[in-house]
Amino acid sequence: MTRFLAITRTEMLILRRNRWLVVTTLIMVLFALALTFAGSAPTGTLGVDMLTVSVASMTTLSVYLAPLLALMISFDAIAGEADRGSLALVLSYPAGRGEVLLGKFTAQLMALGFAMTVGFGSAGAVAAWSGGAGADSLIALARLICTSVLLGAVFLTLGYLLSALAPSATAAAGMAAGLWLVFVVLYDLGLLGAVVMDQGGAFTQSVFPWVMVANPADAFRVWNIAASDGVALSSGMVGAARALPDWAAPASLLVWPVLGFAAARAAFRRVEP
Amino acid sequence: MTDNVLQIEGASKDRGNLRVLDAVSLSVAPGERVALLGHNGAGKSTLIKAILGLITLDGGRIDVAGATPGSAPARAATAFLPEAVSFHPALTGREQMTLFSRLAGARADVSALLERVGLADALDRRIGTYSKGMRQRLGLAQVLLGRPRVALLDEPTSGLDPISRQDLYDIIDELSGQGTAVLIASHALTEVEARTDRIAILRRGVLVADDTLAGLSARAGLPIRLRLRASADADAVAARTGGRRINGASVEILCSPTEKMDALRRVAAMGEAVADIDIAPPRLEDLYRHYAQEVPQ
Repeated sequence: MTRFLAITRTEMLILRRNRWLVVTTLIMVLFALALTFAGSAPTGTLGVDMLTVSVASMTTLSVYLAPLLALMISFDAIAGEADRGSLALVLSYPAGRGEVLLGKFTAQLMALGFAMTVGFGSAGAVAAWSGGAGADSLIALARLICTSVLLGAVFLTLGYLLSALAPSATAAAGMAAGLWLVFVVLYDLGLLGAVVMDQGGAFTQSVFPWVMVANPADAFRVWNIAASDGVALSSGMVGAARALPDWAAPASLLVWPVLGFAAARAAFRRVEP
Repeated sequence: MTDNVLQIEGASKDRGNLRVLDAVSLSVAPGERVALLGHNGAGKSTLIKAILGLITLDGGRIDVAGATPGSAPARAATAFLPEAVSFHPALTGREQMTLFSRLAGARADVSALLERVGLADALDRRIGTYSKGMRQRLGLAQVLLGRPRVALLDEPTSGLDPISRQDLYDIIDELSGQGTAVLIASHALTEVEARTDRIAILRRGVLVADDTLAGLSARAGLPIRLRLRASADADAVAARTGGRRINGASVEILCSPTEKMDALRRVAAMGEAVADIDIAPPRLEDLYRHYAQEVPQ
């Protein structure tokens, strides 16, 4: 059982050594701060504190950034080692493939968690200090950080899946970019198109919310918005979330990492180094 | 029969229409050093990956220390040095070795092992700054972790300078001395000749030879080469000995091992006409060419 921890420890070392951790944390802090200040205008008109507005802006940011950062570290996990020729060597050791994958996942999830907590946390602290915060908005901030890490976990596992399927690390990088585009941009565009075509029919009423929440990126958005009236108010996205039961979005976001990891594990089993 | 720690019986592997391993049977006893020779694409690396359990066979079976390849006991018993190994450039040699030692579950003295392969000065430098030879040494250091029962070395001498090769074979001797069965896939024929107990040759997935060097020589029946230097008239010497003139003053005679003494007596009888003689038994290179390039009838 300590074998996956050996992998975790080494992966953490690599993330620190090659500056990934520092750069990612810096990106998170900068983006979160920029959005907090840019989004501070509507505070008075909506009657909510500044931290709430800040969380709403950062939710939108995280939908794009969390999957991107997760894919950026995970695409290399298997294909990169195969390219270097070290995969066969690692797999000749007693550690099983599941342990290798779990070790990498643990390290990279911890790194993502650190970057998210520091980034959103510092922006939240600035917002609270300059514009006030309540118990409600602090919970919203904590929820944002936790769900961002979950969203990151989803795309880490999807990155491993691509990394196991791709013939080389370069191909894996390309596939990761495509995957990001599909989940974060094209999926929503497609749904929007379908809703417009349907003109408020049965699809829009009953099918659309479920199809939407099946995408982890949308589930993340719905969870954050539906759970807090303040955030919903300041993000202006209420309707779709109301059509779903409360458990739908959390269930989607919690099931995805498990499915993703299982799929990556299955694909990794078939890799011949 | 069962005292072989590595036992391969009729191993076959297909890749598409190509049969990359065809009913290969080979065994290695504890402490034995076996060289596995063959051209690129002859199936050496495929065979090693099959022994590691990284690929599944389409036929036959392999037994590693009494276990199935890829099973936990088999992996615990096996050490592996991949061809042209490389590691994560951001880690130091010590960090990389510590990882391997933890993965192997061995409480090893990492510094001592790295010193053993001549990396004492580079312990805490990043692998990214290592030369190819140094990476190869690091790869070798991890083979020594936890006293393996089977060691599989794929082209271990690639990228090593002559002195490092000497060190490498010393380490291989040390492994075999402690009872490890060593299988070395190699192109470096001359070193393998001197430092292994048995030679196996693969040709297009078929094991065409598996014997000691002497056994291979006898079976191949390759001629011994006698080279004479004539004192005066090389043509006359060639005519009297039945040899072939190869340059101004030299004559070459090819004879089978049984005819060797006869040929020598004839040469001796010629007295002053022959200034010098050189006797060359078939070398591994000739044997290798004989076994590996022979066109199947």
